[in-house]
Amino acid sequence: MSANSEVYDLNVNGQKRQVRDAWVGESLLYVLRERLGLPGSKGACEQGECGSCTVIMDGQAVCSCLVMAATAVDSQITTVEGLTSDNSLTAVQDAFITEGGVQCGFCTPGLVVAIEHLLDTNPDPSQLEIKEAISGNICRCTGYGRIFEAVNTAVSTRRANKL
Amino acid sequence: MSNATKTSIRRDVLGASALRPDGAAKVLGKFEFSSDLHAEHMLWGATLRSPHPYARIISIDLSEAYKIDGVEAIITSEDVPGKKTYGLISSDQPVFASKIVRYVGEPVAAVAADHPETCRRALAAIKVNYEVLIPITDAELAMLPSTTQIHPDGNLIRHQRIITGDQNLQGEIIVEAIYEMGMQDQAFLGLEAALAIPDSGGAGVEMFVATQWLHEDQKQIAACLDLPIEKIRITLGGVGGAFGAREDISLQVHCALLALRTSRPIKMQYGREESFYGHVHRHPAKIWIRHHATRAGVIQRIESRMVFDGGAYASTSAAVLINGVTHIQGPYKCLNATVDGYAVRTNNPPCGAMRGFGVVQACYAHESQMDKLAVACGLSPVEIRLINAMVTGDKLITGQVVESVAPVERCIRETDAIEMPAPLARNANALEIVGGSGLTSLPHNIVRGVGWGVSIKNLMYSESFDDFATARCQLQNGVVNLKFATVEVGQGFVVLAPQIARSVLGVDEVIIDQVDTRIGSAGSTSASRQTWMSGGAVDGACRLVRQRLFEHVGKIHNIDPLRLVIEDTDVVDMLGDFRISVIEASTGILIDETFEHHHRPTEELDKNGQGNCHVAFAFVAHRAVVDVDVELGLVKVIQVATAQDVGRVLNPIAALGQIEGGIAQGLGLAVMEEIVLDNGKMRNPSFTDYLLPTALDAPQVIAVMIEEPEPQAPLGAKGIGEPPCISVTPAIAAAIRNATGRDLPRVPIRPQDICL
Repeated sequence: MSANSEVYDLNVNGQKRQVRDAWVGESLLYVLRERLGLPGSKGACEQGECGSCTVIMDGQAVCSCLVMAATAVDSQITTVEGLTSDNSLTAVQDAFITEGGVQCGFCTPGLVVAIEHLLDTNPDPSQLEIKEAISGNICRCTGYGRIFEAVNTAVSTRRANKL
Repeated sequence: MSNATKTSIRRDVLGASALRPDGAAKVLGKFEFSSDLHAEHMLWGATLRSPHPYARIISIDLSEAYKIDGVEAIITSEDVPGKKTYGLISSDQPVFASKIVRYVGEPVAAVAADHPETCRRALAAIKVNYEVLIPITDAELAMLPSTTQIHPDGNLIRHQRIITGDQNLQGEIIVEAIYEMGMQDQAFLGLEAALAIPDSGGAGVEMFVATQWLHEDQKQIAACLDLPIEKIRITLGGVGGAFGAREDISLQVHCALLALRTSRPIKMQYGREESFYGHVHRHPAKIWIRHHATRAGVIQRIESRMVFDGGAYASTSAAVLINGVTHIQGPYKCLNATVDGYAVRTNNPPCGAMRGFGVVQACYAHESQMDKLAVACGLSPVEIRLINAMVTGDKLITGQVVESVAPVERCIRETDAIEMPAPLARNANALEIVGGSGLTSLPHNIVRGVGWGVSIKNLMYSESFDDFATARCQLQNGVVNLKFATVEVGQGFVVLAPQIARSVLGVDEVIIDQVDTRIGSAGSTSASRQTWMSGGAVDGACRLVRQRLFEHVGKIHNIDPLRLVIEDTDVVDMLGDFRISVIEASTGILIDETFEHHHRPTEELDKNGQGNCHVAFAFVAHRAVVDVDVELGLVKVIQVATAQDVGRVLNPIAALGQIEGGIAQGLGLAVMEEIVLDNGKMRNPSFTDYLLPTALDAPQVIAVMIEEPEPQAPLGAKGIGEPPCISVTPAIAAAIRNATGRDLPRVPIRPQDICL
């Protein structure tokens, strides 16, 4: 599509990224995935119900499918790809693997981002706070049990790392 | 002699909680799902779908759509070069509707364009002139001979009776009811997606698809494209869950056709609403059932009439029906039965495979009956189930003898022994109370209930189908390379296969080759069958390689190969001192073996429903504890206790994940998940309106895995994927009945069913 195309910049994972030849109606999720080569954020509902597309935008966990990319030019955006460099794993990512929190893995990036955000703002959440924090992220495979375990393990690891 | 195994659990052999090899890629967002695939110069494909449940197509006008900049191709039924229809059991579903549309969402045309938005505009510009017909959306009505037959194959997809024993027996105790189940969606998160890359000159196509069964897709696509099977090469695209919904063709043929038409790569990807239209669902069912029993509660006879609404096309309805009628007795002894089952075509969305496959419907009915029977006989839900519990050697109503390990009594007793949850605390946080943070429920309206469900589930395909699996094992320099076409949908075969190789061959490093059609079929990732079937194939291939390795070592070191065993990571002479590491023993050689695992043959049912139609069975018990706000009709599932017959635990953490995940899906069916239909139209094809269990809906799950290795199974392990989701639904329904005193004959149970 060439009509209505614009050029604008987004601040993604600490880098300024130019978006060109884009239709202004594109969502942040579409631009991240299809234009900026960042397919880690997933699309599964287009309505902000499933959380698969969760990114951090100016310190808030948001559904990138609900954000117009062109309105995010002044924001700092962190995607799952920006959580670590060089394929190292965060405590949350590591715990997802060791506790069996990953099955098909489609919800995983969104959950990882949501949980990183939770633990950054609340390093020692109660079990109910964990449940509430991730209740906007749907997982169809696990029934959430192993994901709760992963969060608990990540909390312990992060605490130990700080000592 | 030192043949005692030193295999340590530290190595990721069978029995260890080995970790997923794809785990790191998945948590980093680097795992390539089929929706993440790209090709240079690719176009996007999209599908035009019928807005009507039943209509005649008068004309299709593509001219306005072709005027849109960026539109490269539009195809309809006329552009299908080969077979115009496809289907898993009978080929009755058009690639594109040509004269008649039979359900809302039926594909009519497909477009290829430079951007998804261009596709959307092109679809909107295609003018289809319909003559709207009155849809047949009631399965009972559709069955009548006087009703309009909506398909050349007729409205009755299959009728199957089961007649056995005394047809006139009347029990001292008789209980009967009609039970209904709504239409459930698999709701996998990773939407349908595929990438098709055409060969030059249109000689073939390379496809990357999220599917459950590569070779079945290959066969059906080739027929529609009128190309030799080998010209359709399919590689598995990363699959974001399946649960049955990827067993049928969805966008595969459309995507391949557009690629061949445009000579460019085509990517197709459904949105969530389109996904609801684009795949089959769990059959809604209506089941009348009457139990005859002695005063002591012993079941003597079952009568049942089961009607499954298959929707507009057959898909796997015939097989779903067979599972329904052959499992209607539940995991209980019964000698006499009179069962009639019907799978019926209507103008509702097509139904087919979903986790549990016909047994979910049957189980909801028989377990609801068990509670009625318990009341009538003055017994508890546990007592009535123990009295009737099936054992190995019992004859089913089909005449088939249960040869599988059948620890039904143990499943019930071990579930019963699991500690009950604490009562709701007076100062409980709002999130622990029914209604959640809305603070809608008053404590005095909350009633706790307990309910039971027990089930039997067949494993693998039935009725004479040989759903074999193939695997190749190569050993070189201590590294094993495994090749198979087994689809990983999240269940964990990518973890299990290396565990098998490590156990059999004493290696540590195992590489899994690309999953594609360049090897024989593995069958479908469905029917709880891949651990047994593809696990059996990998095990068989590894054993052949091991035999060759022993021959090689024996020849070089002058030892009878029959004396050699694998001990930890060494080849060891069990009668002498000789020992060599597998790495050293396999250095400089390549051993390459392929193995097909076939399960034992099964038979079709005869007209009276008699025959050894199933391969094997697994069993499970569930006990649910719920809190119900009886005034508002709100339900919170507090705890699900379960003991499952797994044969043997091969990977504890993966097994627990299957159990917890299945329970969540069964919970969804019990209290929230339903595709609501209004005269054939879906009213809630979105995740806003189709409710799925969230983290706040997840109950405490306490699971016991009962290990009685199954002699028939190659690894002693039964399939564990389906049983968790089957009897948890009736257990939750029973718990709600227990709390409310209401009959609740239909799931999902809605607030108005409880409080109005």
